[in-house]
Amino acid sequence: MIAEQWRRLLAASATAVLAATLSACGGSAATAAPSAVALTFYYPVAVPGPITQLIDGYISKFEQQNPGITVKPVLSGGYPDTLTKIETTIKGGGTPPDVAVMLSTDLYSLVDSNAIQPLDSQIAAAGGNNYLNGFYPAFLANSRYQGHVWSLPFQRSTPVLYYNKDMFQAAGLDPSKGPANYQEMVADAQKLTKPDGSTWGIEISSDGIPYWLFQSFVIGNGSNVVGSAPNQVSFDTPQVVSALQDFADLSAKYHVMPSGILQWANMPNDFVAGKAAMIWHSSGSLANILKQAKFNVGVSYTVGEQGFGAPTGGGNLYMLKGIPADHQAAAWKFIQFMSSNDIQADWSMHTGYIAASPAAYQTAAMKAYLAKTPQASVAPDGLKYAKAELSAHDNAQVQKFLGDAVQAVLTGKSDPSSALQSAQQQATQLLSAFKN
Amino acid sequence: MGRPQRVSRLGRRPRSGAAVLPYLLVLPTGFFVAVFTLWPTVRVAYDSLFLQNEAVQVPQFTGLGNYAALFADPAFRQVLFNTVIYVIVTVPISVALALVIALALNRRLRALGLFRLAFFYPAILPMVSAATIWLFMYAPGYGLVNVFLGILHLPGQNWLGSSDLALFALMVVGVWKQTGYFMIFYLAGLQGLSREIFEAAELDGASAIQTVRHITLPLLAGMTLFVTTIAVVNGFETVDQTYIMTGGGPTNATTMLLFDIWQTLFSFFDLGKASAMSVILIAVLLIFTVVNFSHLERRATYE
Repeated sequence: MIAEQWRRLLAASATAVLAATLSACGGSAATAAPSAVALTFYYPVAVPGPITQLIDGYISKFEQQNPGITVKPVLSGGYPDTLTKIETTIKGGGTPPDVAVMLSTDLYSLVDSNAIQPLDSQIAAAGGNNYLNGFYPAFLANSRYQGHVWSLPFQRSTPVLYYNKDMFQAAGLDPSKGPANYQEMVADAQKLTKPDGSTWGIEISSDGIPYWLFQSFVIGNGSNVVGSAPNQVSFDTPQVVSALQDFADLSAKYHVMPSGILQWANMPNDFVAGKAAMIWHSSGSLANILKQAKFNVGVSYTVGEQGFGAPTGGGNLYMLKGIPADHQAAAWKFIQFMSSNDIQADWSMHTGYIAASPAAYQTAAMKAYLAKTPQASVAPDGLKYAKAELSAHDNAQVQKFLGDAVQAVLTGKSDPSSALQSAQQQATQLLSAFKN
Repeated sequence: MGRPQRVSRLGRRPRSGAAVLPYLLVLPTGFFVAVFTLWPTVRVAYDSLFLQNEAVQVPQFTGLGNYAALFADPAFRQVLFNTVIYVIVTVPISVALALVIALALNRRLRALGLFRLAFFYPAILPMVSAATIWLFMYAPGYGLVNVFLGILHLPGQNWLGSSDLALFALMVVGVWKQTGYFMIFYLAGLQGLSREIFEAAELDGASAIQTVRHITLPLLAGMTLFVTTIAVVNGFETVDQTYIMTGGGPTNATTMLLFDIWQTLFSFFDLGKASAMSVILIAVLLIFTVVNFSHLERRATYE
């Protein structure tokens, strides 16, 4: 019994290290036949829907068009799992995949750990700036660093405001449009909230990555939390403080939102079940919400005090460092294919992600879809109100500092000003280790 | 544990050939313990002396810098506090509940097997599945817990979304999950006790409470120490339900040591700090276990 106890204890104490060892051994590249180039492609699943079938379909189309190249898709979990798998593979000396979809905001972390390679020469060969100008500029905001372009948009999104048109009608509100600013949103929510607690006027989640939806409040206040360089952030300006006060006021002052931390995964369910008249959620949830809702769904923009505003979000296509030259050429073909208009249009129709370029909205398939589903044009039109998502060196930690401040205020543990000042101090201290 | 004294008690010195054999026999085990347990432990202690993170990609010796940074960080102090509170609350409750249930089920009852299964069932479920089920039970509005409170005309709570309730909510899951497991140990212990003592107590007119207090509990003391040890180790190793149910939030309210190690290494890629935290966890468990085993051995000879 005692020996068993010792074994247990020692095994327990080494868990973390073992985990590191094992995951370092995890990533090995697919073996290729000498004549064919076999690419490995990591992609995360971040929205509901038949993602795997869609990706498999695109890959077989790509393989038909490009004989001699095969692509092995690897479902790599969520965004954090994908980054973890790749970083630990590289640090353990393993072979990373050739292409991966990772958050656009992972850029600095990936460059810092020497994990990715720039796409400059390939882009130059494809037409340089002419090629790049085809994409929505907002979606390239997190792609440029140190004079290079490191990624192309693939599954991009912004938060949008979903509202229940039937409830708007019943409450005497105009169902043809959502609130134009924070004050209107509060007034609408007050009319929509039922006193018996069966329906809340609005629900905005704050678990997981709370900073993201919070950025909508900030950008709608005419500001942003992103610093002027990747070693800077701007968390404690008066506009940010007042944005956080607005977020907290929804439950604490106006009682139009449940109190405490709300869960991202519950929001679409609450909305389609009629428990929330408005929610803020990713545009990537559109297809699923439209499929499940038994009422007329309105889509509008997220708001702050001064009007519409939202951060961009979602994942880009990256080429990993250290892959052989023939893989690089094939990987670039694949990246180009996945960000091309036809694929982006199809991907957008089936998920709700915003297509990477305006031209994708001019394809015949997309035009037919938009005629049937006008809600799908809201998010791309809203890109003119969108600003960069929070991204810095040591990104996960910096994002957590801001997220912790948001949660502390929403749970009544701190006031916006001191929570944000403390987040700013923590981030400044952490980022002081980076030169630029 | 083969103690040298026991050999000498036999009154003769072991021949040199006999001394080699035991070592040969433990060699395979020793090999695996060395490679998968001792070496990683040494390595983690070594890594904890270096700065190695997103800003410092090439390891830089820092001595005890990682430890100093950790203890200066209020968030880490809160993590330690959360972990200790979790252990202090869940261990006695799980162990006491397990004992009470075992005593209640250690008799002839109709559908006894069903009761035992019902209490043991949570122990069979993987923690990840259990946590997912509880996630729905705790959901504000329509979760089972709030529906039940509604029937009792009590206000529903946002269990996982409140800084004051979230850790408590995780403790409930922890207790629910492990109590049945400990109950099985106590049941086994109870069934190993000799009937004559209890019959003698009955003849002497001892009440049920007296019997439990003066006979059953002392006889089960060894088992209690054993179960407590497992419970404490479990408590310090709590990670799955945090990952699934709260992600450590709101604002670190449910972040405990092992989750923080995972987060620091695999989300923040700070190997130095994660190693220092691992060393702290190893040290805490080692001290606790050594102290507890010295008790356990004394108790074993007493019995």
